This record gives sequence, C-alpha cells and structure tokens, in this order.
Amino acid sequence: MSAAVIVFPGSNCDRDCKVAIERSTGEPVQMVWHQETSLPEGLDLIVLPGGFSYGDYLRCGAMAAQSPVMQAVKQAADDGVAVLGICNGFQILCEAGMLPGALLRNAGLKYVCKPISLTVANAQTRFTAGYQGQREVIMTQGNGDGNFFAEPEELARLEGEGQVVFRYVDNPNGSAANIAGIQNARGNVLGMMPHPDRAFEAELGSADGATLFRSIYAAA
Amino acid sequence: MARIKVHVFLKPGVLDVQGKAVEGALQGLGWSGVSDARVGKLIEFDFDGEGDPAAEAKTMCEQLLANTVIESYRIEIA
Repeated sequence: MSAAVIVFPGSNCDRDCKVAIERSTGEPVQMVWHQETSLPEGLDLIVLPGGFSYGDYLRCGAMAAQSPVMQAVKQAADDGVAVLGICNGFQILCEAGMLPGALLRNAGLKYVCKPISLTVANAQTRFTAGYQGQREVIMTQGNGDGNFFAEPEELARLEGEGQVVFRYVDNPNGSAANIAGIQNARGNVLGMMPHPDRAFEAELGSADGATLFRSIYAAA
Repeated sequence: MARIKVHVFLKPGVLDVQGKAVEGALQGLGWSGVSDARVGKLIEFDFDGEGDPAAEAKTMCEQLLANTVIESYRIEIA
C-alpha cells in the first residue's frame, strides 16, 4: 500500500494526516509538495489535508485547486486512485471540479471546532466499508467555511446516487441536507469536513477515523 | 492597456451570512430602512496581454475569480 499527502502552503494538517494514516494502517506515507507536476508511482491513496492553503485567499481552496500538482491528482483520480479531501481538502476538491457543490461560510458565522457525531449515510463505499454495522461515528470538526451548498437538482442527484457518505447528527453550520461528506459518482473521491485524522486513537476521544483509513487500504 | 474591474457576489438565493450580519449591524445602529445587504468582492487589475480584454476577463472569472456554483460576476473595463 502506498499513500501520499499533498502539502500546500498553509496546509496545517498534513503531518497529522501522515501520522494518522501510518498509525492506523502501519504503512508509510509520503509527502508531496504542491509544485510537483507528477506523483510517486503506484499510489493507492492521495490525501488533500486540512488547513488554510494560500491563507484562504479569494475563496477557501481556490488557489490550491490551481496548483501544478492538481493536474496529476485529477489524472490519478481518473485512473481510479482513491482521493480523500479533508476540510480544506474538501474545499479544494470542490474548487477543482472533482466534486460537485461548494462550501459556504458557516451559517452561524462562527468557526466551529469540536468533536461531532456523524451518521454513516453510505456504508457501501471504499471509505466506509469498515464501519459495517456502526451507524454513528465521532470525529472532530474545525472550520469556518463548512456549509455545503449545491443546487436542488444536484442535491437530489447526490442523494439518489448514494453519494452522500456522512451526515451531521446536529448540523453545526447550515450544511444542505446535513451533509458532512460526499463522494464522486465513481466512488473513488471523498470530500469531508470532519477530520478522521484527528480521531484515530482512543486517547484523542475517538478512534473512528482509523476505521476510515483502514477501509481505504482494505479496498485497495 | 485596459483597467479591468471584476465584481463578485454570491448569487441571489445563496445565503450571504456576511451580508446578513452587516445588515443586522446597520439596523442595530438605527438605520431601520436597510435591507438586502450583500457583501461581495471587487478585484481590479491592469491587463495588457493578448486577446480581447472582455473575453479574457470572462475566462478569468470562469476559471478562477468566481466560483460559478455559488457566485455571479460582473466585469467593468475602463
């Protein structure tokens, strides 16, 4: 198994992701700088980490979506490699057109940072298969722009195709249909606002994030 | 050389929480007649490149300056 975390200027969960995946799966994780135009050979997973890439200038994720490495990430996704965008990574995936919709400012205008309960809306994905009968998971949320928006037709399509993967139990930010995470139609690109990388062992309050990383590796 | 100004706003119907907050603050200061406040962006730059400035500016908006899922834009050229 081989995974890489993309590092943008302003990413601040890149090393968290590396440690979380390594401890969850026992496999080493490479770091890839955003100016690279190619990715290491044979990747099974690419992670776009949380943070404030380019200081959230213009829009969250807008500048990072134009980074040189994103062409290679798009190509890898087209080739079927799993891509996971967490928090700012989710925003980048939407800005890059790899996932539908957009993330708006939180409805309450506040930065929301706390452990949060999620329902696994689709347990038949390569990201969530490991949850099996577990319907509810806990991860940590930390963002100011996590309010998922899509046009009604797009929302209906996401629901109909089983692309909604996680939902908030108590919606903290006004997100449409309580959406916390969605995947693409092919099922190999997942974007989510909560952080599995901040919930990978019991000492952090929850180990539910580790299950997500192990699911991806089990499916690869 | 053209001076290009791009105005970017959230589309009508997309919740503009900053606009709502500004509206509430103005009303709180006594301007009870304030309504429908929207907060947007103004991006301006000189353009001296190849191509028609209006067409190039439109492409810039579609590719980067606006997220057309949630935002609309208006281009002014001087």
